[in-house]
Amino acid sequence: MIPELGYAATVVGFVLALYGAIAAVIGVRTGQANWLRTGERAAIGVWLLITACIALMLYAFLTFDFSVRYVAVNTNRGTPFYYRITALWGALEGSIVLWAWMLSVYTLIVVVRYRRRQPELYPWVLSVMLGILAFFLLVMSIPAPPFERLSPIPPDGRGLNPLLEDSGMITHPVALYLGFTGFSVPFAFAMAALLVGRTGDEWITITRRWTIVAWYFLSLGLLIGGWWSYHVLGWGGYWAWDPVENAAFMPWLTGTAFLHSVMIQERRRMLKLWNLTLIILTFGLTLFGTFLTRSGIIGSVHSFTQGSIGVFFLAFLALALLGAFSLLAWRTDGLRAQGELDSAVSRESVFLLNNLFLIAATFTVFFGTVFPLLSEAVRGVKVSVGAPFFNLVNIPIFLALLFLMGVGPLIAWRRASAENLKRNFLKPVLAGIVAAAVLRLFGVGNVLVLTAMALVVFVAGTIALDYGRAVRARRRSGDGWGAATWGLLLRQNRRYGGFIVHLGILVVALGVAGSQAWQIQTEVTLDKGQSVEVDGYRTRYRVRFDGLSASEESNHGKVTGTFTLTDGRGKEEVLSPGRKFYPQEQTPIAAVDYRLGIFEDVYLVLGDFARDGSQATIKLQVNRMVSWLWIGGLVLTLGAALAILPDHRKPA
Amino acid sequence: MTTQRKFVAGGLVIVAALGYLIWSGVTQSVVYFVTPSELLAAPVANKTYRLGGMVLPGSLKWEPKTLSLAFTLSDGKGQVSVRHRGAPPDLFAEGRGAVVEGSWAREGYFQASLILAKHSEEYKAPHDGADPGYKELLRTLRREPRTDEKPPR
Repeated sequence: MIPELGYAATVVGFVLALYGAIAAVIGVRTGQANWLRTGERAAIGVWLLITACIALMLYAFLTFDFSVRYVAVNTNRGTPFYYRITALWGALEGSIVLWAWMLSVYTLIVVVRYRRRQPELYPWVLSVMLGILAFFLLVMSIPAPPFERLSPIPPDGRGLNPLLEDSGMITHPVALYLGFTGFSVPFAFAMAALLVGRTGDEWITITRRWTIVAWYFLSLGLLIGGWWSYHVLGWGGYWAWDPVENAAFMPWLTGTAFLHSVMIQERRRMLKLWNLTLIILTFGLTLFGTFLTRSGIIGSVHSFTQGSIGVFFLAFLALALLGAFSLLAWRTDGLRAQGELDSAVSRESVFLLNNLFLIAATFTVFFGTVFPLLSEAVRGVKVSVGAPFFNLVNIPIFLALLFLMGVGPLIAWRRASAENLKRNFLKPVLAGIVAAAVLRLFGVGNVLVLTAMALVVFVAGTIALDYGRAVRARRRSGDGWGAATWGLLLRQNRRYGGFIVHLGILVVALGVAGSQAWQIQTEVTLDKGQSVEVDGYRTRYRVRFDGLSASEESNHGKVTGTFTLTDGRGKEEVLSPGRKFYPQEQTPIAAVDYRLGIFEDVYLVLGDFARDGSQATIKLQVNRMVSWLWIGGLVLTLGAALAILPDHRKPA
Repeated sequence: MTTQRKFVAGGLVIVAALGYLIWSGVTQSVVYFVTPSELLAAPVANKTYRLGGMVLPGSLKWEPKTLSLAFTLSDGKGQVSVRHRGAPPDLFAEGRGAVVEGSWAREGYFQASLILAKHSEEYKAPHDGADPGYKELLRTLRREPRTDEKPPR
């Protein structure tokens, strides 16, 4: 029953979305409001139908309806309750449904917010959004049907991929997809602006907050993904330049470039063409990311032809890019810059450089991700370009970006005088140099780390300088401390929200620099009662193997090791890493245990063990400053929240 | 106008520098992917390869005390013996696909620095009433009586 209902909802949803997209255009072309109204109703209908699809899938998951192939593959009778819900987006078909659902929610918000406020752009925005929705519903109908039947009906399902049985899987895909789909709103407005011919700053002003929301969720998705990788996968890292990670990182890079370059357009009426290009690229990269991760092309070019989903995504991507860039070419005349660059030492120029480096980083990631595919397709030689390539090329780019992050917000528009430079940057530059010198004295020898630390201190210095000045100015004009500090943040929420996001990025940068530069790892086999010692930064850790125990969970068996961790001060703590045995997997999966700390994590993985519990092989790592990534993510969240608040400077 | 031209020139210099960075990055860090028979046809010592094949059943030898792992990778046409220091990673087992990164040693084996096991996505319907292999292991660890004499696997 459920497969039929679900399939019907999908197909009707597709037809309705297509109809709505066309009806909105007819409405605006003929001037008949009724057409537009039916388009709106279609949008509501599409939302209801996709919501019904999700409800049906949830019902199928909760009732173990193994006649649905997707349910049978991604759950079994032992799957815990929460993971039967998150299994919804545990694989390809379900994640497309989640994506479509979020897009339909965004479409609904667009309808509610803009039908009266933006009568001119709105019909086109609606049409574009429904067009994208139609594509996803088409994917749900033909190449990736979530409601495909399975017969004969198996007595039990296979079960969720054990790696996905983790709290990170509840939030990571949701955040990531909210980010991905969020960029379709600014994209739709950009297209509408081009179609109507209102290529001024209007679409940028309208979608400013949408862009920050999308960017924020994408950042959060990336960080949670890193956390998942760190505490589930058991290799002690959070980022591997894996194609799946790169797929999400590329739109983040272009989205970041877009967030910055729109400021130049708002202020100086320049870069109109560039901003439109950036949002088209960002939207295209969200589709490309899905194509890359979901078509199987990463494994090999040849697996691409096995499923048809890759063809669908590639065709839609080509169509969207071709359409968008044709519109752009058609409207080039209206996109001439009204301002001009005056000097290389100006805020405009710093922002341009920021964009250049962000695009260079995007290209690097793109190139490194697709080069193996190109090599296989063109030369027939399979190669891989791993982390060394990405690190080699990206580290200088990101260091340059850090530097620009300090300069950009404080340097003068148009032309910065020597006086302006001295006033804003002398002290922060000195602070950075002093910080590097102090770290050097403490024995930090790595040039890249020293550079990164100096830049972080420099940028933090510029932010402190600017904020301190603003607070003093408010104090002089008679504000109390509260109004001068908190009030200032709220009054200029966009500027200071951005600053706090920058601070968050700095904290993340410290975490990355620290964890990449120092890591201690040892692998050793211990007898029961035996210990191993490793040197941390200022303390020596001792890990003693106390024994193994076994337990049976609802859907897997678990062997848990008991280890006593003692640090230099004699503080004892029990760590219990284990190995989980799932019936659907032939090999066990590690369950990591760790002690997180501000400066150091002790990270313990149980490898092999003797069956009588007398011996265990462990991998023991001391990872430095990884926690700063998560703290930075928290700071970033606060800053983004502040920036999303309505702008107080302009009267509503 | 000259300011604009200076910007274009400066931009081109930066783009050229970045292009060089990418080009040199690729040539320095590209790793060739080979199968055992391809490697055996023309092995170059001390060059980094990624070697992919199936772990030959019966070839896996793991000594916990010395952390030495040895196994044979096969592509049906050729066999390469691989050595690695460290415990077998998750998803690594005999009869399954694995990709290892490392280099060819002159002594005639492949020294792996990294093992990337492949995850199987295929659907396997569980047999009704079958005892999952791990239960035996759990019993052993709990020192419960065995139900049969077959070694746990």
